[in-house]
Amino acid sequence: MNNAMSCFSGSTNYVASPELMHAVNVSIALEKPLLIKGEPGTGKTMLAEAISEALEKELIIWSIKSTTKAKDGLYVYDTVQRLYDSQFNEGNVADIKKYIKPGKVGEAFIAEKQPILLIDEIDKADLEFPNDMLWELDKMEFYIPETKETIKAKERPIVIITSNAEKELPDAFLRRCIFHYIAFPDPDTMRDIVKVHFADIENRLLDQALDSFYRLRGIRDIQKKPSTSELLDWIKALTISGIPIEKIEEELPFLGVLLKKNQDIDTVEQSRKRGFGLKGM
Amino acid sequence: MFIEFFYLLRERKLMVSTTEWLDLCEALDSGLCGPSLLEFYHLCRAILVKSEADYDKFDMAFAIYFRDVENLPDIPDEVWKWLNGGEKTKDELWDKIDPNAPDYELDQLKKMLQERLQEQRSCHRGGNYWIGAGGTSVLGHGGFAKQGVRVGGESRYQSALQVARQRDYRDFREDNILDTRQFQLAFRKLRQYSSTMQAEKTELDIDGTIQKTSDNAGYLNLVFEKPRKNTVKLLLLFDSDGSMQRYSKLCSALFQAVYKSNHFSDLKVYYFHNCVYEHLYKDPACRRGEWVNTEWVLANLGSEYRVIFVGDAAMAPSELFREGGNCVIGMYNDIPGVDWLKRIKDRYPHHIWLNPIPERSWHDIFGHYTVEAIEEMIPMFELTLTGLEKGIKKLLVNR
Repeated sequence: MNNAMSCFSGSTNYVASPELMHAVNVSIALEKPLLIKGEPGTGKTMLAEAISEALEKELIIWSIKSTTKAKDGLYVYDTVQRLYDSQFNEGNVADIKKYIKPGKVGEAFIAEKQPILLIDEIDKADLEFPNDMLWELDKMEFYIPETKETIKAKERPIVIITSNAEKELPDAFLRRCIFHYIAFPDPDTMRDIVKVHFADIENRLLDQALDSFYRLRGIRDIQKKPSTSELLDWIKALTISGIPIEKIEEELPFLGVLLKKNQDIDTVEQSRKRGFGLKGM
Repeated sequence: MFIEFFYLLRERKLMVSTTEWLDLCEALDSGLCGPSLLEFYHLCRAILVKSEADYDKFDMAFAIYFRDVENLPDIPDEVWKWLNGGEKTKDELWDKIDPNAPDYELDQLKKMLQERLQEQRSCHRGGNYWIGAGGTSVLGHGGFAKQGVRVGGESRYQSALQVARQRDYRDFREDNILDTRQFQLAFRKLRQYSSTMQAEKTELDIDGTIQKTSDNAGYLNLVFEKPRKNTVKLLLLFDSDGSMQRYSKLCSALFQAVYKSNHFSDLKVYYFHNCVYEHLYKDPACRRGEWVNTEWVLANLGSEYRVIFVGDAAMAPSELFREGGNCVIGMYNDIPGVDWLKRIKDRYPHHIWLNPIPERSWHDIFGHYTVEAIEEMIPMFELTLTGLEKGIKKLLVNR
């Protein structure tokens, strides 16, 4: 990176691969949203936090739900409140501005300093949602018909979008994004990640835990594979409980921390009974 | 610059748009890329490729375009030179084939390639032993051997190991005149309103509001209710095997009925060939590579999806029960088809199988063994209006 742009190179508690850092910097330089995809628990949401920390910029998070509409992110016109106020003659009802509240995107646009806008799990929303956001993300402005105002971003926010690939995103939307897929970390990277969170973890414990963890992930029939955050919780539980290290592989204590579905726990139990599931898969 | 690369990508079915290409140019102009090819690779990929599913296509195109920059490590430069130019026709080569040549396994061929790479010191054309172009050796390209490893060049005669047979079945989506309305009416029954489920109250209930406001002596009192929308999500799995072709009209009608029934909250359609294995195809032609992993479907489509299989369920028992039973050449399956069906069945509590073969013949046709086995596992109905209606009732029943 030669020019003097804000440059992201990971942070103290986030391990980013060089490709990921490159993608982040490209998206900042080209002023295009960065679309991050990957298995749950590969640190998609954490990335935005890490960038905000590293570049010392405010982070605005817009979590998408299945009922979220694109307009909700821009502004909300509280008509019901206005109606009630008019009945009881409270406040100045003529002042519509009072009833218009900025959404998360709106907030990011009116922020004084360049913020980071995280649109989290965009695929949760309706299929049309990404298309409805095209103009706003392109031009970084929107129009409020009620007050005849145009809100334009003071500083183009850095936009990070995450997706769990539950739904396909429209092509028109994809064309405007920089894309990066976070692959599930390999054991070596995972070791670094764990070390960031537990600086003084015993090496033998880490070996055992990682070994069992990747074996569990290797079992074919597991529906919800344990991810990084579950591994971290598990290691925490293991260290606190002080279970002897050699028992980890044998007993798999606190399995419920790693697996969140009854069927999956049954599957693991079964394959252990048959004696091959955990060994040699 | 690199404009051929752009077209190569598009040729490889990576639909890069002009906007994205200009973005890449802008990125290069503004010095976002260092001198290394790897960095350039990552930059291109981040800007041009928008799905991890396409990473592979991109890699292949990149490797082809930049192969002069960085050669494959295990094939030395001279070998590439030996292989360039001088191709012969199939007829010229035909009489050169040694009929007694042994059949090699893929592993053997790979090993032979290794050995020859060590022995060979010069360029070869038209021979039958060394790595070369235009001969009947099993190693090289542009030649004609019953099997072999292609080293560079374009595929000429599709005879290298692992070429699966081409199947181009007619697309179910094409229009026909058959009346689909009756099927459509049947599908209309497949619904479950969100008002009977847990949902947020987001819609204004006008009657309720009038009632409450009157009760409240004219002071406004707004009442909201749950929206009334169909929440049924449908996963449709079509068999597009050759034996299904005689039922294509019927299947086509069903397909169109489903597509026209726009009241589903989501509809996913995939195809399989005889039985479900590790891949589900995206279109009825079942072309290699144009698929999604069955695993992905299981992981990403929640258990609320209702599954309809459409297929004749008649196949050779090994196709259902055996590992490696997949009859498509080169598609060895580690997990028998029956286990895949079971996994789908376990994942989605609401599932039915529609069979275009009339119910009365299920027990005496060719393949009745697998029909019966599947019928035992998944509720099976014949693909007629009555069968469909019965099936839909079954899909709506709770567990």
